[in-house]
Amino acid sequence: MPSVSDDPRAEDSAASGHMTDDASIKVENLSVTYRTSYEKAPTLKSMLMRKRRGERTVQEIEALREVSFEVPHGAVLGLVGANGAGKSTLVRTVAGILPPTEGRVEVHGRVSTLLALGVGFNRNLTGRQNVVLGGLAAGLSRDELAEKYDEIAGFAELGEFMDLPMRTYSSGMYGRLAFSVAVHMDPDILLIDEALSVGDARFKRKSFEKMRELCAEARTIVLVTHALGSVRELCSEAIWLHKGRLAMCDEPAKVVEAYTRFLDVGESAEVLEDV
Amino acid sequence: MSAGVIKEAPAPSSARDDGFSSERHVYRPHRAGLPPILPYVRAVWRRRQFTFELSRTTLRSSHFNTVFGQLWLVINPLLLAFVYFLLVEILSRRNGGAPFFAHLMAGLFVFYFFSSSVNQGAKSVVGGGRLILNTAFPRTLLPLSSVVTAFMRFLPTLAIYAVMHAIAGLPVGPHLLWAIPIFAMIAIFASGVAMLFAAAQVYFRDLSSFLPYVTRIWLYASPVLYYAEEVPERFRPILALNPLYPLLASWSDVLNQAQQPSAGLLAWGLAWALVAFVAGGLFFISREREFAVRL
Repeated sequence: MPSVSDDPRAEDSAASGHMTDDASIKVENLSVTYRTSYEKAPTLKSMLMRKRRGERTVQEIEALREVSFEVPHGAVLGLVGANGAGKSTLVRTVAGILPPTEGRVEVHGRVSTLLALGVGFNRNLTGRQNVVLGGLAAGLSRDELAEKYDEIAGFAELGEFMDLPMRTYSSGMYGRLAFSVAVHMDPDILLIDEALSVGDARFKRKSFEKMRELCAEARTIVLVTHALGSVRELCSEAIWLHKGRLAMCDEPAKVVEAYTRFLDVGESAEVLEDV
Repeated sequence: MSAGVIKEAPAPSSARDDGFSSERHVYRPHRAGLPPILPYVRAVWRRRQFTFELSRTTLRSSHFNTVFGQLWLVINPLLLAFVYFLLVEILSRRNGGAPFFAHLMAGLFVFYFFSSSVNQGAKSVVGGGRLILNTAFPRTLLPLSSVVTAFMRFLPTLAIYAVMHAIAGLPVGPHLLWAIPIFAMIAIFASGVAMLFAAAQVYFRDLSSFLPYVTRIWLYASPVLYYAEEVPERFRPILALNPLYPLLASWSDVLNQAQQPSAGLLAWGLAWALVAFVAGGLFFISREREFAVRL
């Protein structure tokens, strides 16, 4: 059960003593602010023109505000919320990719991320090359990768597509490969960002089983999804983010109920089904 | 404002403990620019295979759709040398013959190693979007990988140059070994400039449009299309400001004039290389945790 911290003061003592023993992720008072220019791509000309007009170049977007929670070992945390609620930002912060603007994140264990179809960073490279590059970037050695490669390819069931450029993949194949890579990286903490929704029913079943297997080994999973059915079925606790704030943190059934009530759609089949 | 990641009390047990994949992390905001340098360097070293793999696949995919395929690695530099040879022969009515052509080739090839390191390096971070957003790893690997790619492109040109060296009847001897440390210094300088521009590119996207012109002017200001000794006295101060001048002049001295490089030039070149590497590297590393937010 994730407990919302009553103490908003994030203590930065390095001692591990203030973290409960069974927590694998502890987020304290976390705020993340993106600083973006008005333009998507900042250019010299627009900067000079703004300077002349005396405008500020930076716009701040508060993606997360004062979020605190804890996830014990072996738990599956479901993360729900509308688009732009800060779910992906939260996951990236836990993965150490985005720095927190304020607050503190403490993570025990090796993190493997599956962020919005993460492996295929270069669509002109083959699936195999992407797996190798992603693995090497994550710090695996060539030998470790060679060991895992067959498992990864086998689980993804892509056959000869593994040696074709990833631009030829369907989005389902993309998702399958990404999921397979993430779960085979031997993670203590697995972060999954809405990748399950692209697999077909059979693969979804298979990935559910794989995740249960990981949980049984006391691995921790954070699952970001819009498929509320998966949250109910898989998760042991759930968090609802709303506009960067923690709206609710409770049992999955209660959170799903409150969230669907909020969405004002009722528990219709469409929401429970993986859309 | 720069926020970032501090790693506290790493668990020594992990084989992959390097601040990016250790057992216990604490992420906190902080304003001091630099992460602990030693663990950072260790993390870079541990992932050196990634650098090579990335440049190998980049190289393989870059000529993927062309008829000549990998042959372009040889055709490109040949055409390049030919174009500049025509340019210099006709425009300056110089009649240098084979030794001058050898000087031109040696200089052009090593300069193109430098300029493609810098041009590709500048794009490496902005172009690495998805990898940067999805994996935590030391970002310096991206510009450094561009330097490795440029080096792999440079290797076949060495063979072309060797042929030209023989045709021009230039002497072969142990003095040629000086080319190795000189090239190493050029590579260190190129890495520094690549890291500098890669980080700068995140903030000013215009940079990649300027860069090809910058490198071209840089080429004209370097002793490649002419011998360093030919530069008129009044232009000497300009030449002296060029960080590549001491290295390229030594390069030509060794390869084309069978001379020992002057110690003064070498020391000067080494100083530039180290300054560029340290400054570029520190600038890049102090900024890199912001890249994910800025892309």
